[in-house]
Amino acid sequence: MAHTALTQPAPLAMPTRSAWQRLRASRGWAGFWFMLPTALILGLFLAYPLLKGIWLSFTNTRIGREGVFIGLENYTWLWDDDVFWLSVFNTCLYTVVASVVKFGVGLYLALLLNKNMPFKSIIRSIVLIPFVVPTVLSAIAFWWIFDSQFSIISWSLRHLGIIDGNIDFLGEPSMARACVIFANIWRGVPFIAITLLAGLQTVSPSLYEAATLDGASNWQIFSRITLPLLTPIIAVVMTFSVLFTFTDFQLIWAMTRGGPVNATHLMATLSYQRGILSGTLGEGAAIATAMVPFLLAAIGISWFGLQRRAWQSGGTDR
Amino acid sequence: MSAPAPPAHADPRLAPVIAARPAGLTDDSEGMAYLERLPRRLVTTYLPLVIILVVLLFPFYWMALTAIKPDEQLIDMERFNPFWVVEPTFKHINKLLFETQYPRWLWNTMYVSVAATVLSLFASVLAAYACVRIRFNGAGWVGAAIFLAYLVPPSILFIPLATIVQAYGLFDSPIALILAYPTILIPFSTWLLMGYFKTIPYELEECALMDGASRWQILTKIILPLAFPGLISAGIFSLTLCWNEFIYALTFLSSTQNKTVPIAVVSEFVDGDVYKWGSLMAGALLGSLPLVILYSFFVEYYVSALTGAVKE
Repeated sequence: MAHTALTQPAPLAMPTRSAWQRLRASRGWAGFWFMLPTALILGLFLAYPLLKGIWLSFTNTRIGREGVFIGLENYTWLWDDDVFWLSVFNTCLYTVVASVVKFGVGLYLALLLNKNMPFKSIIRSIVLIPFVVPTVLSAIAFWWIFDSQFSIISWSLRHLGIIDGNIDFLGEPSMARACVIFANIWRGVPFIAITLLAGLQTVSPSLYEAATLDGASNWQIFSRITLPLLTPIIAVVMTFSVLFTFTDFQLIWAMTRGGPVNATHLMATLSYQRGILSGTLGEGAAIATAMVPFLLAAIGISWFGLQRRAWQSGGTDR
Repeated sequence: MSAPAPPAHADPRLAPVIAARPAGLTDDSEGMAYLERLPRRLVTTYLPLVIILVVLLFPFYWMALTAIKPDEQLIDMERFNPFWVVEPTFKHINKLLFETQYPRWLWNTMYVSVAATVLSLFASVLAAYACVRIRFNGAGWVGAAIFLAYLVPPSILFIPLATIVQAYGLFDSPIALILAYPTILIPFSTWLLMGYFKTIPYELEECALMDGASRWQILTKIILPLAFPGLISAGIFSLTLCWNEFIYALTFLSSTQNKTVPIAVVSEFVDGDVYKWGSLMAGALLGSLPLVILYSFFVEYYVSALTGAVKE
């Protein structure tokens, strides 16, 4: 050791590094450059529009005309607007019914797919196809299936002797609502089923074997083992599902455009109709902004409502 | 939550590192299934499964059938059984390809999707690497912010974005979509890639650092080749999301020749004509096929993207 102390090592560059060299070596500086493209895109096309949307909702901007600040006028106008409240009701109905059914069918399908059977992986791949095909294109197929004159469902029911005349699927308010909700469920079930299936596959089979040896019934196995272990994934999946259902636009636009008599107008479609088609950007932005509190509440309910069960049932609280 | 397990890996050195859990769709454990007898399984498993599969696939069957059905069979449901087709015709598809601008719309969709996907993969690889490995001050907060961006839906952004696109002079231009789509793709891809990057051991990076590699060299020569399955997953999924995107394209594009397939099918064919259905369904079918073919080649990657993004 003394030896090394005597022989002078070559002077290290460390103390004499310039500010530029220190900057180059710092983590923050490297991180800055690595984050720059993402920050630019998300800043310019996500954060800025989000704020600008809130600002627009306080102005009377129209397409092709700069607006001036008018305070809460857009919102007070909407408050007295029956169509707006109808769209709020539709959106909530659509989200609640579709999400609940999607969850039920999705979980059931995931449990079915988790069983051992021939051609398992092919069946699992086929299930996801409705999710892969662009929503608008499958919505158009539903539009044709629900056609007032040439609907295949009407035809089948007529030939089975159940109904006499054709059903006007998309022309009658509550029927139209049921149809778009069905189409949404059809499109959302594969996503939920496949993600929950991935969760089911992480559950160790030995737990099921142990429970069976202890005499647990199928229902007990499901409610005491499968469901608690699946809750964290269910919380995330349902949060996303609620989020996308609540803000759905394309399915409605392709099938009904909000009709008949606004019965299927969601907040997103109403916002498009008022903001872009009628040109009152301020009012459209107000409707879009009005979605935010509902959205936060919906996310909150599905996230915290489901998440809490994770520790209640003895899991670790993350 | 575990990171999505990449499919079977080429590099033997990583075999112990990247857990051998098969991704998504394959597992061969029989479990306790042998306890159930066939008749019981027929009723409890196969019957409901067949019903659900038929419902899930029927719209596609109907789409394809309508696309090749002659017009007179489409509207005469009494003489011809609507569930089948006699003398299929390619008339609708022909009309679509040679009398409308469909090839052009298909090209627009592909061009916008690929460009937006490449752009967002580039940005999210850098962002994910910075968040996971450079760990600058506040990396955790940046990661959380990116996740929050994931939760902002296009439905509340399209009106202000339309005014911004107008102000930048990008209205009715594919560039607007190429720049706007990454706001949907980057949060998702970054989150997915962060999961993949975390599975790569620090030691590999430290070795490279000792040998004098720069950050950039470590990223391109060590991390990216190892995270390749993650890149494919993120890319495939992003491509699908772009192809599927509707509201931005509907708002930002106005001229017929600039439209993407989803917009064009909804707006260009809907003319009250009873005979529109054939070409409409042909348009929907041709617009879906490229994605379904792509999906059939990359099922495993697709599923790991889907589940990976949710499980993080």
